[in-house]
Amino acid sequence: MVAAELLSQHFELGFTYTRSTGPVVGKFLTGLREGRVYGVRGSDGRVLVPPAEYDPLTGAALGEFVEVGQQGRLLSWCWVSEPREAHHLQQPFAWAMVQLDGADVAMIHYLEAPSAEAIRSGARVGISWAAEREGFITDIRCFTLLEGAAP
Amino acid sequence: MSEPLADVTGIKAPVYLKYRFTAGSAPARFLCRLKEGVLTGQRCPRCSNVYIPPRGSCPACGVPTEDEVVLSDKGTIQSFTIVSIPIPGNPIQPPYVVANIVPDGANISFIHLLSECVNEEVHIGQRVQALWKPAEEWGHAMDNIRYFRPLDEPDVPVERIGKLPVTGLEG
Repeated sequence: MVAAELLSQHFELGFTYTRSTGPVVGKFLTGLREGRVYGVRGSDGRVLVPPAEYDPLTGAALGEFVEVGQQGRLLSWCWVSEPREAHHLQQPFAWAMVQLDGADVAMIHYLEAPSAEAIRSGARVGISWAAEREGFITDIRCFTLLEGAAP
Repeated sequence: MSEPLADVTGIKAPVYLKYRFTAGSAPARFLCRLKEGVLTGQRCPRCSNVYIPPRGSCPACGVPTEDEVVLSDKGTIQSFTIVSIPIPGNPIQPPYVVANIVPDGANISFIHLLSECVNEEVHIGQRVQALWKPAEEWGHAMDNIRYFRPLDEPDVPVERIGKLPVTGLEG
């Protein structure tokens, strides 16, 4: 039998899912589109951001929305020196856990910084909004370090 | 400013998987012959079953298959389904028939489109033949065959489906 030539090609398999947000995540995303960040108050009084649909302690449905600040404190972070194609920031960045002012828990997002050496846990950070907002988590383009703010 | 936007109730959450597919030696050989307008399979040296497309080994016996067999572009419908719901990204408009077709000379079926038929009259055991694209459009792909269409031949009894020689029912 004659040997075959080597055959190889790229192909892409796409699952074009859409998801319903429900009223709680929908409120959060609608807020982002408006340039606001909403959390929800839990049964113990804590403000959860992003808002949880059900209370983590009692399981009861939650719905008391609270607008929180657009700045916060960097609780922890992880430097990504080689961003992958799917990352929205294509220069090195940090994954950051940020507790926004008025919130009692941290949320994860991109942190843009000149280098890992410029970042300290406890640093003050602020939201950098996307130029065009559509009601999605990436309406927050990333967080940035706030100048001159002492950790 | 335009009208106020409605609240967000949904998001797009697509998942894209990017592959680089490399055909092994047996599928590559199959695809090269397919580009010449020929359907080929490979015969198992132990159980004599002929597989299309060949994978280079017999799944039943676990032995390599190297004996290349030229198959007919006539075949028999082993099973089929009438597709009534559009599939995103698929240009074929429903309703249409997708069938498992066993080509004469092989013992296993492959999936292809059936056309030029009355959908409601398609049945198991029905004889069909490939309608090829013009030769200048052939590539390393099964869509060199545009679709299969019914043949005016007697039905194959269920117990003989998948067991016909390359010469067909009369052979």
